[in-house]
Amino acid sequence: MQLTDHRDINADPQTVWAAILNPDVLKDCVPGCESMTGTPDTQFEAVVTQKVGPVKATFKGVVTLSDMVPGQSLRISGEGKGGPAGFAKGGANVTLTAIEGGTRLSYEVEASVGGKIAQLGSRIIDGFAKKMADEFFTRFQEAVEGPAEEDADEEGAEEGAEGDGEKKKGWFKRLIG
Amino acid sequence: MPKDYGIGASTKRREDIRFLSGLGNYTDDINVAGQSYAAFVRSTVAHGKIKKVATEAAKAMPGVLGVFTGEDFKDVGSNPAGWLIHSRDGSPMHEPKRPVLAYGKVRHVGDAYACVVAETLQQAKDAVQRIADESEIDELPAIVDMAQALANSANRVHDEMPGNQVFDWGWIEDNRAKTDEAFASAPHVTTLELVNNRLVPNAMEPRASIGEFNHGTGDWKLTTTSQNPHVTRILIAAFVLGIPENKLTVVAPDVGGGFGSKIYHYGEEATVLLAAKALRRPVKWVAERSESFMTDAHGRDHVTKIQLACDKQGNFIAFRTETMANVGAYLSNFAPVTPTFLHGTLMAGPYKVPNVYVNVKAVMTNTAPVDAYRGAGRPEATYSLERVIDKMCRELNLDPFEVRRKNFVTTDMFPYTTPVALVYDTGNYHATLDKAMELGDVAGFEKRRAESAKRGKLRGMGLSTWIEACGIAPSHLVGMLGSRVGLYDAATVRVNATGSISVMTGAHSHGQGHETVFAQIVADKLGIPDSSVEIVHGDTSKIPFGMGSYGSRSLAVCGSAMTRAVDKIIAKGKKIAAHMLEAAESDITFADGKFSVAGTDKAKTFGEIAFSAYVPHNYPLETLEPGLEETAFYDPANFTYPAGAYICEVEVDPDTGKVDICSFTCADDFGNVMNPMIVEGQVHGGVGQGIGQALLENTVYDENGQLLTGSYMDYAMPRADDVPFYTVDASCATPCTHNPLGVKGCGEAGAIGSPPAVVNAVIDALQRGGHKNVTHIDMPVSPARVWSAINA
Repeated sequence: MQLTDHRDINADPQTVWAAILNPDVLKDCVPGCESMTGTPDTQFEAVVTQKVGPVKATFKGVVTLSDMVPGQSLRISGEGKGGPAGFAKGGANVTLTAIEGGTRLSYEVEASVGGKIAQLGSRIIDGFAKKMADEFFTRFQEAVEGPAEEDADEEGAEEGAEGDGEKKKGWFKRLIG
Repeated sequence: MPKDYGIGASTKRREDIRFLSGLGNYTDDINVAGQSYAAFVRSTVAHGKIKKVATEAAKAMPGVLGVFTGEDFKDVGSNPAGWLIHSRDGSPMHEPKRPVLAYGKVRHVGDAYACVVAETLQQAKDAVQRIADESEIDELPAIVDMAQALANSANRVHDEMPGNQVFDWGWIEDNRAKTDEAFASAPHVTTLELVNNRLVPNAMEPRASIGEFNHGTGDWKLTTTSQNPHVTRILIAAFVLGIPENKLTVVAPDVGGGFGSKIYHYGEEATVLLAAKALRRPVKWVAERSESFMTDAHGRDHVTKIQLACDKQGNFIAFRTETMANVGAYLSNFAPVTPTFLHGTLMAGPYKVPNVYVNVKAVMTNTAPVDAYRGAGRPEATYSLERVIDKMCRELNLDPFEVRRKNFVTTDMFPYTTPVALVYDTGNYHATLDKAMELGDVAGFEKRRAESAKRGKLRGMGLSTWIEACGIAPSHLVGMLGSRVGLYDAATVRVNATGSISVMTGAHSHGQGHETVFAQIVADKLGIPDSSVEIVHGDTSKIPFGMGSYGSRSLAVCGSAMTRAVDKIIAKGKKIAAHMLEAAESDITFADGKFSVAGTDKAKTFGEIAFSAYVPHNYPLETLEPGLEETAFYDPANFTYPAGAYICEVEVDPDTGKVDICSFTCADDFGNVMNPMIVEGQVHGGVGQGIGQALLENTVYDENGQLLTGSYMDYAMPRADDVPFYTVDASCATPCTHNPLGVKGCGEAGAIGSPPAVVNAVIDALQRGGHKNVTHIDMPVSPARVWSAINA
């Protein structure tokens, strides 16, 4: 399965690039991720629990970043084994382009599964992969620039009472300034 | 008056008492003292190089008794192909080794490369997971598409083969030039490219095996889900494990359906035997449904281009086909013969066509092995023929019924030799067509169509006429064609001292009803009640020999052996009676269970003769042995040729593409019918499977060789509401001329004749509904495919 999409993120390309390389951001953005260790120079080791249709499994695998052109593009690929549930692997080619007010993050994702997941969940695997990708990049966007507008308003109302001036920033942006 | 006992009676199936009340004794119902449990580590990739099989940690896990890998079985033999096919150039087919467990490479999803035996099934499965997690298999590009497999000889399923083509077979090669000439000069040529979809057999009972080894005696025992325990014994003893045949007992107890998939020997059977010996414990394995989907030999999977040459009146001049047949990742036991001699020899159909040439390329791919499945080659032949004939009729605007009628072999032409080397002994194809048209009320179709149209539905009618060669087979003939086995069968009739009878048959019953029908036949021949006859099958230690049940052969071949054995019993009984009645043997007649002196009222009952044979106080001991037990082996003189005509009516919903089957009419010639109810049931089942293939079932691998239809959520089996109430008739009988019962076999008929009738009906409905551009839709004719065809 393959899909192509993009996100416009309210942060400059350098901020977005730094976020991609941060294992804590990756851990928070990969749906079902229980742990993520390692460095972008070598590889990240990840444990992810996911339910695909009738199959629930914990995947242990590696995430590697490659083809890195700082501030511009890279490839994120991952491969996980879920024991008798089979395996899942995939990758995303990510490109960052500076646009007015921030960065356009474009991605092409491809994914494939094998074993029991393929046999039992094939009907829903495309939808599942799309959902995973959407969720990943939505979370990534939130991590970088803060929650989406309506959420931000609600949270803002509460946080505003406490006088928190950082309300519009995502936690990653808060971290780096 | 229908008979109420013996031959021709619709006697209720005695086996159903246990099958329908949960009292069957299947392999999984059998538990042996001290038994352990096996689970297999199976490849999750379609094609991969095995770098490491991690067994150490698994061996130390709780309850684990042993771990076996492909390397452990490297030195034993391999699972052989039962037929040797030669290519058009005379070269023998490629036969890559099929190991017990994979080593070096894995070749399809589900390919087993290790086995864990543990105290409990859960412990075995835990260790399997550990091995799967820690083993290293480098995925290689999967070979899935047949055309690509042939085009790219560098990427191979088996590295030792020069490419992925097993053979390139021509039938008959001498016909090739003549057939091509006929096409070149023919007034009309119809061409059709089609796919015969891959099917998963889906027996209700998954495969299961229990291996035992007695260290005291050196005896091996395998309890397994087999259609032919003696064949399994030979394969394991002589080819795979190299153990003496007399030290191996194979028991196939109640078996819940096979449809071909349980003919073959599978690696799990050899594994549980060797594991049992190594661990000094009985070892049991039962497949999960997922394992059945991934590893049972699949059926069909042909891609065919068929051409029909004819004159403008629809008189056939020639058929010519080019087929790619997928055999999967390993050659299963019958895989070479299914797309060749069970397919190409039937490519003349019931028609007097002078020229036929068939070309089949068998192709290896990284998919489950493909082998014989109910009908085996003959459904593929029938589907190709009946679809291309139907297309020709539309192109020339001819009546499909009349075109069949004018091309049928006529009753005065038997025995009829086809251009593809079969000799049809008898038949009456016009009679079954007439009967089907009468029962299917072809004359009233237009009225029904108009009524459907009022409801917005498109109604269509499809015809298929079919013939098959079954009752396989004459050994001398199949030997010439490349078979490595004989295909006779055997039966022992043992008359017990009290006059009851045990019949040991080489044919195995896994749902067919042998226990009822065979008893009817023996009882009828001996003039005794059915209840006095017991049929014993499925145990190599109890029955003399046998090649098993497949190819609609049980009654025609094993039933004939049994009949011959009964004849021997009667012959010996006459000798005993002659002595007891003090008459000449030639004066003794046997009828209605009595041995009589012709022309007198002197007689002895069958029971009295039996008793005398075992208590020989007044007995010709000088010239005759006591006891009353006879064995016969029967090797048929020819195939049998059942044939028939099927008419299907469908309604298509033009808004959704959904096809509903309104009626299905079968007029079959099975020769003499022993039990009409069972024959009707066999036709119902066969047609149900054919409708499944035509409308619902499809086995899909993605481009990586992942099986996408690996469960009943994605593999659509026919359900009760997908099939109609059938109209079934077997009255147009022309008895087989060369077996003692005059029977032809009915087990596969429905699955052979029905798919083209369904698809022809759908195309007819769409054509009549104005969708003139739709000339073909590949099976399964699903709503999506019909809707897409309408809206193309």
